[in-house]
Amino acid sequence: MDRPIRVLVAKPGLDGHDRGAKVIARSLRDAGMEVIYTGLRQTPEQIVAAAIQEDVDVVAMSILSGAHNHLFPKVVNLLKEEGVDDMLILGGGVIPEDDIPFLIESGIEAVFTPGTSTKDVVDFVTNNLKR
Amino acid sequence: MFDDKKIDSIKSSVESWDKESIQKSLARFPERKEKFTTGSNVEVNRLYTPIDIADMDYNEDLGFPGEYPFTRGVQSTMYRGRLWTMRQYAGFASAEESNQRYKYLLDQGQTGLSVAFDLPTQIGYDSDDGLSEGEVGKVGVAIDSLKDMEVLFAGIPLDKVSTSMTINAPASVLLAMYIAVAEKQGVSREKLRGTIQNDILKEYIARGTYIFPPAESMRLITNIFEYCSKEVPQWNTISISGYHIREAGSTAAQEVAFTLADGIAYVEAAIKAGLDVDDFAPRLSFFFNAHNDLLEEVAKYRAARRLWAKIMKERFNAKSAKSMQLKFHTQTAGSTLTAQQPDNNIIRVTIQTLAAVLGGTQSLHTNSRDEALALPTEDSVRIALKTQQIVAHESGVTETIDPLAGSYYIESLTNSIEEEAMKYIETIDELGGSPKAIEKGYIQKEIQNAAYKYQMEVESLDRIVVGVNKYQIEETDKKELLRVDKSVEINQREKLKVLRSERNNEEVERNLVILKEKAQSDENLMPYILDAVKSYATLGEVCNVLREVFGEYQQSVIL
Amino acid sequence: MNLEEQLLKGSKRACARLITMIENNDKEAIDILKKLFYKSGNAYVIGITGPPGSGKSTLTDKLTKELRKAGKKVGIVAIDPTSPFSGGAILGDRIRMSDLALDKDIFIRSMGTRGSLGGMSKSTWGAVKVLDIFGCDYIFIETVGVGQSEVDIVKTADTVLMVMVPNLGDDIQAIKAGIMEIADVFAINKSDLDGADKTKVEIEMNLDLNEKTDYRQPVIKVSAGQNKDIDVLLEKILDHKKYLEENNKLEEVRIRNNKLEVLKMVEEELMKLILDRAIEGDLIDNLAKKVTLRETDPYTAKDDIIQLITKGE
Repeated sequence: MDRPIRVLVAKPGLDGHDRGAKVIARSLRDAGMEVIYTGLRQTPEQIVAAAIQEDVDVVAMSILSGAHNHLFPKVVNLLKEEGVDDMLILGGGVIPEDDIPFLIESGIEAVFTPGTSTKDVVDFVTNNLKR
Repeated sequence: MFDDKKIDSIKSSVESWDKESIQKSLARFPERKEKFTTGSNVEVNRLYTPIDIADMDYNEDLGFPGEYPFTRGVQSTMYRGRLWTMRQYAGFASAEESNQRYKYLLDQGQTGLSVAFDLPTQIGYDSDDGLSEGEVGKVGVAIDSLKDMEVLFAGIPLDKVSTSMTINAPASVLLAMYIAVAEKQGVSREKLRGTIQNDILKEYIARGTYIFPPAESMRLITNIFEYCSKEVPQWNTISISGYHIREAGSTAAQEVAFTLADGIAYVEAAIKAGLDVDDFAPRLSFFFNAHNDLLEEVAKYRAARRLWAKIMKERFNAKSAKSMQLKFHTQTAGSTLTAQQPDNNIIRVTIQTLAAVLGGTQSLHTNSRDEALALPTEDSVRIALKTQQIVAHESGVTETIDPLAGSYYIESLTNSIEEEAMKYIETIDELGGSPKAIEKGYIQKEIQNAAYKYQMEVESLDRIVVGVNKYQIEETDKKELLRVDKSVEINQREKLKVLRSERNNEEVERNLVILKEKAQSDENLMPYILDAVKSYATLGEVCNVLREVFGEYQQSVIL
Repeated sequence: MNLEEQLLKGSKRACARLITMIENNDKEAIDILKKLFYKSGNAYVIGITGPPGSGKSTLTDKLTKELRKAGKKVGIVAIDPTSPFSGGAILGDRIRMSDLALDKDIFIRSMGTRGSLGGMSKSTWGAVKVLDIFGCDYIFIETVGVGQSEVDIVKTADTVLMVMVPNLGDDIQAIKAGIMEIADVFAINKSDLDGADKTKVEIEMNLDLNEKTDYRQPVIKVSAGQNKDIDVLLEKILDHKKYLEENNKLEEVRIRNNKLEVLKMVEEELMKLILDRAIEGDLIDNLAKKVTLRETDPYTAKDDIIQLITKGE
């Protein structure tokens, strides 16, 4: 691709643990991507608004508080309501394995749990872009 | 600690050992790695000898337990007198369920309570606030008003337990609720024992549950210092926390440095507010992490104690020995827990427990094996607590004080961590102190660089994490996980509705108006917050009044 | 419905997509821009520059809120540096403006400098035009620092706001060279810090040295963090706008800016043309080698390349 991939990295919900989100943001940057970092405490509505205005290829979200089953699908649905179907949506954080099928079914393309290497995330993004 | 002649002779022995044994052995078998490092990436020598600590003076640098500079511990008998407080951080879902868990833990032999609040509570939102959606009761208990707090401590006599509350931005509100519950139980304030975390600086640095801007937050904190020194004398008014700094990826020395730098900022703020250092300093306590590198961690706690004692004595002219004692709570490192092969975490936690105990902690929370997956189940929590009991009663490390002292390696590491931490503190001083250094992003940047470096080391296999980047297995058995039911959020909202219809709303309104006026003045806010919560004003209502007057903090991005 | 129609109907997605395409030099987007260009020119463009850490994003956030109170539609283009090593970038300005994102009459776009030769100003210019056609009344361009490329970018604005903070020390000397001249309004942010008055005096003294004109740049102390005197600052910005409009200078400024833009585009296109040809067949490498070996000299080498271009066309 002759243009940089644009990724929105966001922390939905109220938890303040952004070590993972920041490490990922940096790795994506080092892989040549443009990372729009929105910081803590983003509502699903804010994330969707930012994703649309920034016209990103990827929306990557991280939650460690356990609110993922509520917040991740909400972002997917809001994007759908806006007619967006060409963004790759990823989730990460402390997420029990049992929840992953539900999240995938809800439209989260991949879920990355603790211990995932940043290289895997970069590779997944590069290989699964929807546009 | 050794005379020059002795050191010289050891030096020549080391030389010959190197020539005779090492070089020959290296020629045949190279070492596993070119460079050996601690968990925090400090280079480790092949061998430590008296040469490494030749400049130490026993009396000055180590001294005796319970005496300045407290390197060997803050109490004179340490665990021979009393074991550390085994304090498992717990709380989830509703006040009713958490109350059950507390009673269970007390029955299991736990000696102090530690309350975890959910995120809306930590950030001062009621459960029915739009921003609370999906978060209610998730990482801790949801407390919206004094009603919930009454349920939380129902049947637990507050004059008999010590309670630690992990609460920061709205610490004054939760403390006020605790005092109010005690009052209803007929327990006077002087008898209350416990701790509020109340450390806002590390929220800006690492943990993220801030509400107000720094100056206003510091005011609330000093208000608490002042109020408690008069009204709740046994209460530990702050727990200056390195735990989250380390979780965010700092090194051991950075953990010490940034925590003590925050401590310096609080002491300065309190002195500036007119308090006498010896009036509040004895009530300051600390909170550190326990990582896997056992010996480095032990050295870290010892270095922190010595450094803080010096700071209090030399920088702040504290007179009371109690002001110079760094007392600390420890929690094992959540960030070292792996989602892969979760049972391995029990072993990690055991090593970390040993580190905390050999380092002289005053209280300890051990993490449960399943915390990289979800909130811990009761089973996992029990194993975690048993880990502490086994270390306490079976390992033998509690029978003498500071047993690792005198180890050439431990003493040398203690010195080098203290030195590196001091250098950081000097840099922070040059930047104008911790709040300024945070505003400039200096501290965050240092931590993130360390975190990124660590991650890259794991990915390049320079650092092995068992089960994650080496020794992986196909995992089959799924562990049962604790889930917080959606009904918690619904019930909590329902309870709020009832509360708002039943309480005396005029009185609430009146108290909130007074609080607003006082927030605009310089008065201590504690009495007015207490009045508000007693009339059942909700946490969100109280915090919103303060938000209106103080504004909200905005994060700065440092990457 | 095509992008063009969607943009005119006020679709944020279409607006966002067009900016992406412009940034990527997409011909279709450029054609749309050509076609709709006549619709632009209604937005008032404010460039915001200043050293890193001076609080430009927070100030932009607060100024935008002030404009929203007056019912204006606002666009923001926030620029952060692209890493020269990886070509990636962390664009973090939105973090200061997160509560603006949901307002239907605000559009925020983050851009990386992408390090191409002057390409940044072209992308910025394109994004601003898209936002202009999109119907923004005011557009902020926020740059990352105070280097030459930032100067080029903010030069395309109608009003340039320079943000300073107290106690810049030696930095102020560095900033003076080059950028003091292009600022129309100065804001001293974080004015609750000691030294704000001193910084104000220093800037005023510098302005005193300038040639006297009938417009004197105001220097305003504000605090974006505490939301203090933002209204005053906006008033001064609007005063500058009024000054330009009432003295027929706005057209002058825009002619100057458009001249720069067109020249910049020509320069870029030519440069690309030359480089493409010169790199073709290792010409540039061969010439460089010859210059090093003293088989030729740089001037003759230059003539060789130019000749190749002019002959080719």
